[in-house]
Amino acid sequence: MTRALEASGLTRRVRAKRGAFGRTATVHALEDVSFALDAGRTLAVVGESGSGKSTLARIVALVDAPTEGALDIAGGRIDFADAAALRRRRAGVQMVFQNPYGSLNPRLTIARALAEPLDVAGVGDSASRRAAAADMMAKVGLSPEHAGRHPHMFSGGQRQRIAIARALMLRPKLLVLDEPVSALDVSIRAQILNLLADLRREFGLAYLFVSHDLSVVRHVADDVLVLYLGRIAEIGPREAIFGRPMHPYTRALLSATPRVEAADRARREPLRGEPPSPLDPPSGCAFHPRCPLATARCTAERPRLEEKRGRLVACHEA
Amino acid sequence: MALLDVRGLTVEFATRAGPFRAVEGVDVTVDAGETLAIVGESGSGKSVAMLAVMGLLPWNAKVTAERIEFDGRDLRALSPRERRALVGKDLAMIFQEPMSALNPCFTVGFQIAEALSAHGAARGAEARKRAVALLAEVGIPEPEARARAFPHQMSGGMCQRAMIAMAIALRPKLLIADEPTTALDVTVQAQILDLLKRLRAETGMALVLVTHDMGVVAETADRVVVQYAGRRAEGNAAAALFAAPRHPYTAALLDALPERATGERLAAIPGAVPGPSEPRLPCAFAPRCPRAQDVCRTQAPPRASTGGEGYVHCHFPLPAPAGERAA
Ligand SMILES: Nc1ncnc2c1ncn2[C@@H]1O[C@H](COP(=O)(O)OP(=O)(O)OP(=O)(O)O)[C@@H](O)[C@H]1O
Ligand SMILES: Nc1ncnc2c1ncn2[C@@H]1O[C@H](COP(=O)(O)OP(=O)(O)OP(=O)(O)O)[C@@H](O)[C@H]1O
Ligand code: SF4
Ligand SMILES: [Mg+2]
Ligand SMILES: [Mg+2]
Repeated sequence: MTRALEASGLTRRVRAKRGAFGRTATVHALEDVSFALDAGRTLAVVGESGSGKSTLARIVALVDAPTEGALDIAGGRIDFADAAALRRRRAGVQMVFQNPYGSLNPRLTIARALAEPLDVAGVGDSASRRAAAADMMAKVGLSPEHAGRHPHMFSGGQRQRIAIARALMLRPKLLVLDEPVSALDVSIRAQILNLLADLRREFGLAYLFVSHDLSVVRHVADDVLVLYLGRIAEIGPREAIFGRPMHPYTRALLSATPRVEAADRARREPLRGEPPSPLDPPSGCAFHPRCPLATARCTAERPRLEEKRGRLVACHEA
Repeated sequence: MALLDVRGLTVEFATRAGPFRAVEGVDVTVDAGETLAIVGESGSGKSVAMLAVMGLLPWNAKVTAERIEFDGRDLRALSPRERRALVGKDLAMIFQEPMSALNPCFTVGFQIAEALSAHGAARGAEARKRAVALLAEVGIPEPEARARAFPHQMSGGMCQRAMIAMAIALRPKLLIADEPTTALDVTVQAQILDLLKRLRAETGMALVLVTHDMGVVAETADRVVVQYAGRRAEGNAAAALFAAPRHPYTAALLDALPERATGERLAAIPGAVPGPSEPRLPCAFAPRCPRAQDVCRTQAPPRASTGGEGYVHCHFPLPAPAGERAA
């Protein structure tokens, strides 16, 4: 299988003001995140708000540079310092956001919005770009009569189709999806998830799929990466993570997820409190202040990611 | 007697394109201590119906109903004074947009203390102390410090919880919660849902829960009403509705859940909810319905009982499960 992406030690620290008046301090948005993603597969990234999901997504989509670490896409190392090279590489990775309205230019018709990435990249002539746009519209289930309309005339689900179509115009190999269905209704969500499954098969795409909805993740993911305060808590195949979660944080997330089927309901392992501030993460295991299993060692020593039962987990007690 | 008893609620908006019925003939009844969930796709009139009950719709809305009663009193006949005494005390609402319900000019603690003293529950230092306790109750860390914060200094999830704290401050008899946990992490959502369940058990609070999240509905509601394009589709006890939906829309909604997927593809419902300017057929679901026949496009579907408290509005409802038909 071809490797679409390899990340090693990705770290992003941001200088930010502490409180309204405070001095600047370092936000540890992402720390030492490594993983690989093969073509045709989906890696889901889950975690609470502020855990670093979007930070990771933006680095992989070549929008932000990591403070440390290396990223290889389609076998080539990304040089974040070389602006011209970076621009060329961006054609190979595209991003889709939760709110498609924000990412679509309200003044462009749909046909123009789809052709624009080709214009910018200088691909083909205007007739071939129009044809490619029409072709992609059909692929994502938009009818030809929509071509001349503006984004405000579309429903949320249709806009998400447009955003996906636009992201695919340059035939990327890797699609970074940041909460792509979180703003959609159950029925429209199903349409978009089906579309993503079809496109993945047709184009051999790899997906980095950020979502806080574990029932969606369970359906779409091949592998799952659980982030806690910018670090990997657990990463592994879907069956391992959902079938036998080992990190107490993964277990807490799963047990807090409301279930439609009574038979799926596990005993709640309620989590006290909130994720601590990434301005000064707790010592040792960052999860220890909320962890039901924490021991003295957890306060003192950070657990390393280790292989246990077919996945990697960072927990002394797992 | 039901605590909240709404019959035949209809809301019509005057818009530039002409009148638009966002809600049409909806019934909502809730007993003390009961949790009713209202579900349906975006734009199906869930929020508008609840705002109509609260008397909070803008001027361009015309509300009609056979009955809108709370605790035996006609909500439409209340004087402004009587309404102020009731709303926020016995009848409280959590809004879908948390920012709109908090005043940006005052600290969160002050606003909760104000709500307490406005209804004579506590004042001064006592009210401030109760405000901090309420913030702690909804799981806000460092509640003393947060009580002194202004809404813009808190995250969306934090504001949402502050608003919940304000809504439950006076231990209302009925809480209408419009997407109360949609903006929250599942971990915080679980805390809030547990809190609402506890209030229900301890104070007999009734709850109307408006949500998209079928998992939340399945875990919290006693009864469910499914609304489509402003109209009732089906209502039933939660367990019965999830086990055996009778309206094709309910069935389609449940089949579209990833939890109920049988393979890689989900059973998506084709098409979309009709927009405000689109015409509605006698059965508004007919254009998307796999069971639709000509009659669905020419005659309003009748209401049929489905046993117990269940009912369905459909010409061709799904058959009852085998066990029940025999009974
Ligand atoms: N430019 C920045 N300045 C200051 N803090 C930042 C910046 N970018 C990210 N952060 C912080 O880094 C952490 C991770 O943020 P990120 O947006 O990646 O979280 P997330 O997991 O996507 O959360 P959500 O589920 O809310 O989208 C947060 O604490 C955030 O406040
Ligand atoms: N003031 C208004 N004037 C005109 N139309 C309105 C007004 N307020 C709401 N509507 C329309 O009424 C319909 C129902 O809206 P409502 O907000 O009740 O939907 P909902 O079921 O709560 O959806 P969601 O799940 O997205 O919250 C929508 O089509 C909306 O555009
Ligand atoms: S009335 Fe007809 S169109 Fe409407 S839901 Fe029933 S079968 Fe479908
Ligand atoms: Mg994010
Ligand atoms: Mg609403």
